[in-house]
Amino acid sequence: MQIVMDAGDWLSLLLHFLVLSLLSIGGAITTAPDMHRFLVQERHWLTDPQFSASVAIAQAAPGPNVLFVALMGWQVGLNAGGLHLALLGVLLTLFGILLPSTTLTYFAAQWGHRNRELRAVRAFKQGMAPIVVSLLVATGWVLASGARPQWSDAPLWAVALAATLVVWRTRLHLLWLLGAGAVLGWFGLV
Amino acid sequence: MSFPSAPAEAAPQERPRPRSLPDLFLSFTWLALQGFGGVLAVVQRELVERKRWLTREEFVEDWAVAQIMPGPNVVNLSLMIGARHFGWRGALVALAGMLVAPLAVVLLLALLHARFADSPQLAGALRGMGAVAAGLITATGLKLLPTLRTHPLGRAACLLLGLASFVAIAVLRLPLLAVLLVLGGLSCALTWQRLGRA
Repeated sequence: MQIVMDAGDWLSLLLHFLVLSLLSIGGAITTAPDMHRFLVQERHWLTDPQFSASVAIAQAAPGPNVLFVALMGWQVGLNAGGLHLALLGVLLTLFGILLPSTTLTYFAAQWGHRNRELRAVRAFKQGMAPIVVSLLVATGWVLASGARPQWSDAPLWAVALAATLVVWRTRLHLLWLLGAGAVLGWFGLV
Repeated sequence: MSFPSAPAEAAPQERPRPRSLPDLFLSFTWLALQGFGGVLAVVQRELVERKRWLTREEFVEDWAVAQIMPGPNVVNLSLMIGARHFGWRGALVALAGMLVAPLAVVLLLALLHARFADSPQLAGALRGMGAVAAGLITATGLKLLPTLRTHPLGRAACLLLGLASFVAIAVLRLPLLAVLLVLGGLSCALTWQRLGRA
């Protein structure tokens, strides 16, 4: 796929991600539907398979999942004409999605730390604790069961359950577990 | 004005902490590179259990802030930890550690992807790793349960609030923001009231 991008297009790419950054409560992935609308449907800078591959590769790779945003910038740049534009795309999208949210978090955390004795700050941090702990368990549950649970996924659930028990109860290194999961999957056992 | 969940405050100078900015950078790079399918479980394992830069209680409190702010949660968390030890330079260095090396790996994978995308073995391996990653996150939540033992609301109320959020997210699949605002708001209000009475 070949596209043409002028300076104004690159600027609007940056601006769009700067705005999405402020809306990304719960993580950048929550704004993915809007990225799809903008990049694929409205501007035609990415194809549908290129969009999906960006999300899938970043999920499978190590590191924070937000890197799927960098892959979108990379792919837009490749479509526009080569590696140097791909690097420009990475810089603009990643900078855009991170700058507003990290700045806001930095100042909020500093404020919270300075005022940690305030009853409101203590109430927020301690009050959120039961919700936050429960959300972690729920997130793992959602990831393991997928969008629509079906019986053919039972081996995958067994692997997730076994990993849960091992991590909870032992200090085995996490990479051994991930390696075991990869081997089981490679040979088609899950 | 003392509350029981902060015994770690007693001896701050005894606590392990990042020795330098390069130490911070390498620590975050190493844990980010282990984080297939999400870095959170590794952050908990490396920074709370192994390095002890954070107590479990601090981890839960920071995670609450990281989740309620916009932006990738684990990026927010690393930024806050870096900032606590070395100010804005620490924040930038932790962020760079979290992103630079993984970004290189992801771009490399994108280049390889076009060639090997059709391999069923590779797809299977990714599926298997995904299932393990799901288990890691659940286990992280289970390991943090003991932090609620000394919670001002008491165990029964924590259990109820936790169960309600689990059902809302895992069973009803309600939006995260709504759950944080409604159940989180309720929990914070009750905690605020309880702290005032103590």
